[in-house]
Amino acid sequence: MAYTFYFDASRCTGCKTCQTACKDYYDLPLDIDYRRVYDYEGGSWEVKEDGTVSQDAYAYHLSISCNHCEKPACTAVCPTTAMHKDPETGLVLVDGTKCIGCGYCRMACPYDAPRIDRSEKMQSRKCDGCYERTIAGKQTICVEACPLRALDFGPYEEIHEKYGDKAKAPNYAPMPDMTVTIPNLLVHPCPSMKPVDDTTGKVVNLKEVR
Amino acid sequence: MKLSRKQFLQGSALGAVAALGGSAVASENMFSLSPKQALAEEPETIVWSHCHVNCGGRCVFQWHTKDGKITRMETDNLGEADFQARACLRGRSMRQWINSPDRLMYPMKRVGKRGEGKFERISWDEALDILEEKLKHTIETYGNDAIFTPYGSAQYAVTQTNALYRFLNCIGGYLGTYADYSTHMMQIAIQYLYGKGANPYDDVYASSYSEAHNADLVVQFGNSPAETRMGGANAVWDYTQMREAGPEVINIDYRMSETSSGQSDTWLPIRPGTDAALASAIAYQLITNDQIDIDFLHKYCVGYDEETLPESAKGKNLSYKAYIMGEGYDKVAKTPEWAAPITQIPADKIIELADKIGNSKALFVNQGWGSQRHTNGEWTTLAICMIPILRGMIGKPGTNTGLREASPGSTPVGLMPAGDNPVKATIPVYNWANAVKDGKSMTKDNAGVRGVDKLDNDIKIIIGQTGNCLTNQHGDINYTHDLLVDESKVEFICLVDVMLTDSAKYADLLLPDAMRGEQLSMSTNGYSEYYYGVMVGGPAQEAPGECRPIYDVMAELADRFGVKDKYTEGRTQEEWIEYLYNEGKKKDPELPTWEEIREQGFYKRKFDPCIGLKDFVDDPEANALETPSGKIEIYSETLAEMNDTLELLEGDEIFPIPVFTPGYMGYGSVTEEFPLYGCGFHHKSRTHSSYHLPVLMRAARHQMWMNEIDAKERGIKTGDVCRVKSPAGEIEIEVLVTSRIVPGSVGIPQGAWHDADMDGDKVDKGGCINTLVEYRPTPLAKGNGNHTFICQVRKVQA
Repeated sequence: MAYTFYFDASRCTGCKTCQTACKDYYDLPLDIDYRRVYDYEGGSWEVKEDGTVSQDAYAYHLSISCNHCEKPACTAVCPTTAMHKDPETGLVLVDGTKCIGCGYCRMACPYDAPRIDRSEKMQSRKCDGCYERTIAGKQTICVEACPLRALDFGPYEEIHEKYGDKAKAPNYAPMPDMTVTIPNLLVHPCPSMKPVDDTTGKVVNLKEVR
Repeated sequence: MKLSRKQFLQGSALGAVAALGGSAVASENMFSLSPKQALAEEPETIVWSHCHVNCGGRCVFQWHTKDGKITRMETDNLGEADFQARACLRGRSMRQWINSPDRLMYPMKRVGKRGEGKFERISWDEALDILEEKLKHTIETYGNDAIFTPYGSAQYAVTQTNALYRFLNCIGGYLGTYADYSTHMMQIAIQYLYGKGANPYDDVYASSYSEAHNADLVVQFGNSPAETRMGGANAVWDYTQMREAGPEVINIDYRMSETSSGQSDTWLPIRPGTDAALASAIAYQLITNDQIDIDFLHKYCVGYDEETLPESAKGKNLSYKAYIMGEGYDKVAKTPEWAAPITQIPADKIIELADKIGNSKALFVNQGWGSQRHTNGEWTTLAICMIPILRGMIGKPGTNTGLREASPGSTPVGLMPAGDNPVKATIPVYNWANAVKDGKSMTKDNAGVRGVDKLDNDIKIIIGQTGNCLTNQHGDINYTHDLLVDESKVEFICLVDVMLTDSAKYADLLLPDAMRGEQLSMSTNGYSEYYYGVMVGGPAQEAPGECRPIYDVMAELADRFGVKDKYTEGRTQEEWIEYLYNEGKKKDPELPTWEEIREQGFYKRKFDPCIGLKDFVDDPEANALETPSGKIEIYSETLAEMNDTLELLEGDEIFPIPVFTPGYMGYGSVTEEFPLYGCGFHHKSRTHSSYHLPVLMRAARHQMWMNEIDAKERGIKTGDVCRVKSPAGEIEIEVLVTSRIVPGSVGIPQGAWHDADMDGDKVDKGGCINTLVEYRPTPLAKGNGNHTFICQVRKVQA
């Protein structure tokens, strides 16, 4: 069994409602976001002698949480097995009784998903695919929150069938190459989207997503 | 390929773990439990409510409460996913606002200097004693027309919006206002083009986005629903569905807004404040290439060419065509080459755009409210409207009037009525500061006074509710500060609010309002949401401290003035809500019963698409416009006369036709000292100045946008803190160096809270754009051209 997220980049306006709704629902500390929206942009400008301009500027957004990967980097480095892949749902979960908050998972994850909560006792926290809601047959909070209906979540086969050719493998900048962890994420690209190895753009909102 | 998080974040330094920490909120929910263990949690109660700020929308809240306290939120998840009033990031942060430690909790009176923000707690009795005495003193000494209520819209609900006005009307009235900070220039200007009935908030003078599905070309000026109308039943979703339906979309904006992000090729960058120059050059191309609908122009309009000019204007080259072709007015042909250096758009790009417009079969032109919020806003609004008028593409399938997408024509329930204001004088809402300074000098000819020829009083007492327009959301904070601290002018200021806003610091008396989630509340779909809905519910939790609903406070005040029955009509707030709901149901039997709506919390219905000015175009005689001629007045004789009769500020002019005029501090005004144009924009982290919350400041940082070319010249990088100085003031703000803004202009998100030492350097560390804006009401509307200023930027801290 595998659950997967679907992200429609052509609809995303970078509004950050997904991350904010999740943050409210799970009462997360100010500096912890289970889901984050990355603003990626590039392009350059030229001002001509008459003052007119030409440009090839582009910008787009990427909403990312934990991708509940098939080959999770976080579980591989966890010294206590707290970070584990649930055999029934395939969701990657933190066992709060085992986690010692060492932060290896965060360093290992190429998507920057696990966060160390220092507000009380040091522990790793991250998206659990709205485990409670999911096993109760409800949709995740972020998906239900998105004003642009740009997110979806469900069993991989279902999502794949629902979106067909629109759903592409998640190989777009600024993501890592998908072969590293095999994320459960499908992306419908927007016209501005660049390939995974793009070197023309950069994430411009690092302070908002760390 | 070797991969790391470093690559993912493209150049970000490692060490993010070390960067953690800082301010953190204690969390209990599920902490240290595995998800499976957390399943044992007790269920919560759901209480319906609604968002209440002024983005134009009104999203649905389902509060989860436990032990009488709000714990978290879900939003509209009823029915089909594509038709849900889903709250945006701001609405989803409402718990942080309603539970904010910064809430006003008790009545307070000022103890320091006015504006200093020093208060001491008093009782409600003492507070209302003071207010009663001050109101009575003002009315006896000056009259009711010395009472003023500034614009405020942070707690919108059917029993809140009019509560203060209703009370004041019961005791003899107040100096009223017309227009608003959102569409000040537009709503005045279009009354001359489309007639007195024209307003930016209906389904008569504009088409819905759903109608644009039938267009082949959509051209938007200064319109970013992705940042202004962000909810799930709001215009951003209508826009997105429209774009996916197939028409080509072009977004003309000085920023690549979030409406264009992801679809970057839809963006045509333009210098702020020059939309009318572009529109005029498009007109030149359409006329030259014979792509205008001359039959439409002759049948439905006045003043396109000599043939339809009124007698008073004939034979003087005063037609719109004469202006565009360079035969009249400034005698400059409005060619693409003329417009290019003004707009920064190369002539070939203008020709390409005009070509698309000229060849479109169903053209949908709309403008947001950014284009008109300039010192030349009146003419900008009208110039943009000329594009569909010239093409005769109004009132037909897939077309629009050039105004913003339609607002709903009806709502299921109405507001508690404000009643009639016995004071007949009204002023333009933005002109209140002049009425503080010297109201008695204000007349219909020099200040847009309506209802009377001149004001008999200055404003002597201000009483306001949940707004921030005394300083923060007005223009020129330093100027307004000086006006307000002078106690010989406004003698008393009482504000009802939920937070200590910058405006609230100027209060002599502060009254703590209960928020809408803390009382039974009813609201409808907002004016920017094209559907029909009503939401009823609450309270989700008790109001903190001694906060009280404004309805109750005004009822008690009314009692002190002996007009309680007139104010309440024998109803409590709860009874008003039930009454208003049942009145709505009488008109619309499809609504659920009162008992049903109390159970289900929310009722909604879709609207069919609408076409702006369809009735007029279908039958221009039976459905004549409310202009003197009954037609679209491209040339307005009324405006021509006003230019002769009104007393205007030096340099100001009223033009009878849509023109490009730079406006005060507009194009051409930059200097060596202030070499950049400054402009504002709406930011996702706030609705105006509502939602001033740490969670949103982290999610979307308050940053000034600056093109890399301008940044490089100044050695500025993203994240640097800079000082921005204009002739009016100085702010400090973090910079985002970005390819998403035209060079030569900077963009500052509006609504940040002013934060300056007003006895010291007055540098605004909060980064409020209105610190930089001069107070100079526009020529015709007397409105807020706050997107027009000049400035310089320098780095103060990396």
